Amino acid sequence: MEDKLNDDIGEAKRLQLWEMMLKLRLVEKKAYDLFLQNLIKGTSHLALGQEAIAGAFGVALQEGDYTFCTYRGHAHTLARGSSIEGVLGELMGRQCGLMKGKGGSMHLTDVEKGVMGSYAIIGAHLTIANGTALASKYNKTKEVSVCFFGDGTTNIGAFHEALNMAKIWDLPIVFVCENNLYMEYTAISEVTAVEHPAADRASAYSLDKIIVDGNDADEMYRTAQTAIKKARDGHGPSLIEAKTYRHSGHSRADPGKYRPDEEVKDWMENKDPIKNYRKKLLEFNIDEKTITGIESKIQQQVEDAINISKNSPIPDIKEIYTDVWADGGYKWHN
Amino acid sequence: MAQLTYRESVSLAIAQAMRKDPKVFFIGEDVGAAGGVFKATVGLLDEFGKERVMDAPISEQAILGAAMGAAMTGLRPIAEIMFSDFLAVCWDIIANQIAKTRYMSDGQINIPLVIRTANGGGSKFGAQHSQSLENWSMMIPGLKVVAPSCASDVLGLMDASVKDPDPVIFYEHKSLYASKEQLENTNLSIPLGQANILHEGADITIIGLALMAQRSKKAAQILKEKHNINAKVIDLRTLVPLDLQTIKRSIIETGLVITVEENPRLCGWGAEISSLITEHCFSNLKGPVTRVTTPHVPLPSADILEDNTIPSVDLIINEVIKKVKGE
Ligand SMILES: Cc1ncc(C[n+]2csc(CCOP(=O)(O)OP(=O)(O)O)c2C)c(N)n1
Ligand SMILES: [Mg+2]
Repeated sequence: MEDKLNDDIGEAKRLQLWEMMLKLRLVEKKAYDLFLQNLIKGTSHLALGQEAIAGAFGVALQEGDYTFCTYRGHAHTLARGSSIEGVLGELMGRQCGLMKGKGGSMHLTDVEKGVMGSYAIIGAHLTIANGTALASKYNKTKEVSVCFFGDGTTNIGAFHEALNMAKIWDLPIVFVCENNLYMEYTAISEVTAVEHPAADRASAYSLDKIIVDGNDADEMYRTAQTAIKKARDGHGPSLIEAKTYRHSGHSRADPGKYRPDEEVKDWMENKDPIKNYRKKLLEFNIDEKTITGIESKIQQQVEDAINISKNSPIPDIKEIYTDVWADGGYKWHN
Repeated sequence: MAQLTYRESVSLAIAQAMRKDPKVFFIGEDVGAAGGVFKATVGLLDEFGKERVMDAPISEQAILGAAMGAAMTGLRPIAEIMFSDFLAVCWDIIANQIAKTRYMSDGQINIPLVIRTANGGGSKFGAQHSQSLENWSMMIPGLKVVAPSCASDVLGLMDASVKDPDPVIFYEHKSLYASKEQLENTNLSIPLGQANILHEGADITIIGLALMAQRSKKAAQILKEKHNINAKVIDLRTLVPLDLQTIKRSIIETGLVITVEENPRLCGWGAEISSLITEHCFSNLKGPVTRVTTPHVPLPSADILEDNTIPSVDLIINEVIKKVKGE
């Protein structure tokens, strides 16, 4: 396909970004519906509204690169190319799930796609992501590790330990703080000594202060590309603070009442990454038919995946006793 | 024939592992240039260079996180936590991340790493630098727990631990670092889950670990010489996996058993062993299982206080005599 627009991103990549974000949005919405139908149990943390960040990295990364995300990680997992039924099936506790129901919503893992896990204890995965980056350096290979986390995570010790270690060893890693303005139910500004929870800490680790509009897919993509290239070229870590907003509450149980109505409305109506990107594509003279074509394709994919998941058997209870150890079992004495 | 201290056997064991497998690297605080605060890693930096022997900042979470991430890609890190008491500041990485990731990922991820740490009392360091913490890791599914009691076991168990595809917490006993052993061969491998008999006897079974295994052996020698009591001493070597069969065989023979633990009373490893014995050997028992532990207190520092808290050879002897006499 010939690029209609002659800038650094171009039409082909823009359509890729569009398709990617749309997939993340539609799957996440369906996950919510399946919850309401009680087909998904437990908890779930939706990334609705934050799709441009995972989406842009998903497009910018290469096969073999490593990503680490949080419990709010359905989108980040899909962004690496994991199957929709793998994700929804795991949420539904079906055999077709990425981990056959042993991990659940907060622990999506798909090593084949470079999804090195979703982590539910704040901060831990920043230190673990350093490890895959260290391995790339040790092995003199060129993978890049990317670690996504929230604004609230900048106040736990592991964040600071990890940044310092990444810098002193110049590890090929990109730390991405998705600043959605709230930790769980508390505004990040109320509990943080600096205005920009990640970016204002960067100088403490000799890192550049990078703040980006995390709801602008183009800007996000450019920022991702630059940081990934820097890491891949052996120039060390980056810390990106991407400003964004979650459309729903923190988790399934949270109606999000602690956020002012006006604020929510503004982000939903004026700053929605997907609404705005659609507008932008049209401004760039991309054919509306192409855009809607992608929409219906994704819709169909999601419907198909839901059917596969619903028809997938529930796990065998023998699964309980598997895979504690590398021998596949769980025995601890002879 | 070489005489080797437990301390020297640690650096030798690491060096041997690193010579055999380029995937093995070593990371910790003050481990390289300084050779470790216990001088148990002297010479490694010189032999292997900074790329494989990494002096880390005081960041226990970052150290173990990096080791875990590297292990996820197939490398085989050995990470040092200077004192086992410091495991508390990186316990999330151990208990939640390293231990559970294989299971939660449905076996997609293996974490073949070794966390070595200086454990145990005897140095009068007080309650935050002297604990015996094997039971902390024993209770978490997904962790293997190793605690060698002599130089040859350090060599053999380290070899097996590094090669093991699962995460291993390797507790070295501070009070054993200076102990010596004559060795014909240093290239040893001891499978995890194989207890060792330190003293033969059919009157009573004494089960110990690390320093307590060595004290039990000493007690058994005195019991034999002075009290005509023949005690079998089992050095468990590893708590997970546990060699229950060796314990069972001995109890069938003796019918009497005491465990000797360096940890405080509640939920020490002896409690689990005792419960297993009741479950598996009830009909062979001539009396209840006795647990010798420290009292349920933090470890005090002063000579006389610490010495009277940690089970001594004399205490083990007294407990055995009481037990054999049926008191
Ligand atoms: C160590 C730890 N403390 C607290 C929690 C409970 N918790 C789960 S999510 C969350 C908020 C995290 O906020 P942030 O990092 O901004 O991420 P977001 O949920 O906004 O994506 C908290 C406090 C936890 N999981 N781990
Ligand atoms: Mg947040």
